[in-house]
Amino acid sequence: MKIAKHFSRKYLREEVLPTNFCPGCFNGILINALSKAFIELGIDDLRNYVFVSGIGCSSWIPSPYIKADSLHTLHGRAIPVAIGVKLARPDLEVIVIGGDGDLASIGLGHLIHAARRNIDLLVILVNNYVYGMTRGQMSPTTPMGLVTATTPYGSFEYPIDTCKVIASTNANYVARWTIAHFIDLKNSIKDALSRYGRGFRFIEVVAPCITYVARRLGKRAGEVIKELLKLGMRVKDPNDLDKYSREGRIGIGILKAEDKPGYVELYREYVKRAVSHERT
Amino acid sequence: MLVTGNEAVAEGAFAAGCNFYVGYPITPSTEIMHYMAEKLPRVGGVFFQAEDELAAINVAIGASWGGARVMTATSGPGFSLMQEGIGYAVMTETPLVIVNVMRVGPATGQATKPAQGDIMQARWGRHGDQVVPILAPESPQEAFELTVKAFAIAEELRVPVIVLSDEFIAHMREVIEIPDYRTIKIPGRRRPKSLSEPPFGSKDPRIAPPMPPLGEGYYVLVTGSTHNEWGYRDTRSFETHYKLSKRLWDKVWLNTDKIFEYEARHVDDAEVGFVAFGSIARSVKMAVKILREKGIKAGFVRLKTLWPLDLKPIRNLCSVCKAVIVPELSLGQLVLDVERANEGNAKVISYGKVGGGEPIYPKELVEIALEALKS
Repeated sequence: MKIAKHFSRKYLREEVLPTNFCPGCFNGILINALSKAFIELGIDDLRNYVFVSGIGCSSWIPSPYIKADSLHTLHGRAIPVAIGVKLARPDLEVIVIGGDGDLASIGLGHLIHAARRNIDLLVILVNNYVYGMTRGQMSPTTPMGLVTATTPYGSFEYPIDTCKVIASTNANYVARWTIAHFIDLKNSIKDALSRYGRGFRFIEVVAPCITYVARRLGKRAGEVIKELLKLGMRVKDPNDLDKYSREGRIGIGILKAEDKPGYVELYREYVKRAVSHERT
Repeated sequence: MLVTGNEAVAEGAFAAGCNFYVGYPITPSTEIMHYMAEKLPRVGGVFFQAEDELAAINVAIGASWGGARVMTATSGPGFSLMQEGIGYAVMTETPLVIVNVMRVGPATGQATKPAQGDIMQARWGRHGDQVVPILAPESPQEAFELTVKAFAIAEELRVPVIVLSDEFIAHMREVIEIPDYRTIKIPGRRRPKSLSEPPFGSKDPRIAPPMPPLGEGYYVLVTGSTHNEWGYRDTRSFETHYKLSKRLWDKVWLNTDKIFEYEARHVDDAEVGFVAFGSIARSVKMAVKILREKGIKAGFVRLKTLWPLDLKPIRNLCSVCKAVIVPELSLGQLVLDVERANEGNAKVISYGKVGGGEPIYPKELVEIALEALKS
């Protein structure tokens, strides 16, 4: 009997499987969503894609698992490295995958500035609510009240809503889905690589850390998925996000979808201006 | 061409084929950025103003992997912020050129005033074992030449190279001669001959591994974690880490003869010697001239390369002199190398002076030399 090969495996490095992720980790679902998006876009191999990641569990998704050129960079610095790659090689599609600690804490400045410049990158922020790799400390997206390694009596800090922040910049595309909204997530990735294939594209994926969030709350992966389906409230206007987060719900949906020229095109125009300036 | 040291650095970068500049504004390196901002877009190169130096060094790293010939320039505080990125460039064998125009520190210090206090940071500012070439010009002409050389070393050895200038040189205006660009040879990136040639391994530690271009199906894995010759992370084994870090170490140290340059004069018969680098070497040369005119046998060694260091020229000077004076715009960093090189013959005298834009005048050095010979 021949066992069908899993659809994701054509995009993965076979020699490093199985992954190092904890049992039940939702990172695998994101890998599948990416793979499905690639399949539906008719992408055979990822030679024209460069993945850049920083430090954290989700940064391990591309490095080493995804079979593409990939740069596994310093903590928080995936976006600057990705910018360097994109500006040197505008012909390549550059995708950043990182966690809330990586992109929304130590690397938040870079995230906002890249969005402000509408620079041509797809950034996927995997929000697991904690620092998973260092054993579950509070992160900037940790919900109020959540017990973490550094808030053993429940977090009392206001979390950041990265989608709201990024939607307020000139970024072209902003969406949030939970890992339970697989088809929406896959469609967003597809859109961000095709219909909205330029400028800054930001997708937040809510994927609570199975080990340091779910297990601490006594929940199994299946229960978390069911809960996320209930908590996710479809939102179109980023201004409505607060309302739901106050209720402990999660605003999901495509919050912004524009197709303005990205940094690469703007820079090309600038170069034209610079060249003609010399002649006058 | 009449240019400042900063402009000479930028000219050197152009001559070396630099097509990507990224930086963040900071005194006294700013003119390098201005120059590149004006000229690079005109020739289709990329100029990028980063949001901070953390971004700058990492954009440079990304661009280098994207195939660009990259430079960034900064000063003291910015250089401090770049250290982690420089370490990453060492670990990932990323060619790039970092210019640090030294100013008075620590912290904000005196932003517009010259200093030479970043030798140790340039050498050892990163955590872990690593070695990066450091070149130190004494004039705008040399700022041009050493910037060109920095690119050549960076590309050949796949290392970040630091050009250590200072505010005196940065803002001093002198005539420089720019050779015909066709005579300037910068080694091109060596690609792997096939998919079976590893991008992070080399049998001969003196030779850098080939650097695969992105987007061509090499599926290269670049990581700052300890990795094997194929780029796969191995964060556990002693063998993998030792092999990697030793190779990165040897790659630079075993090429010291290619990288290391110095200038020495009147060493053979010297009674009193000087060891200096950068702008202060200019005062030393004048002091030696004055002393020789007075009939005093003075000589000097000037380091054009601060790392990797060949101690022999300093050792020679120490072996013939009664006293060796080490003037520098810091409270004493280069002097440590001279003490290390000295085999006990010479008395090593540190003359450190820093702040307020005060140079070290030749007459001060003459006095110290005369005093040293008396005792």
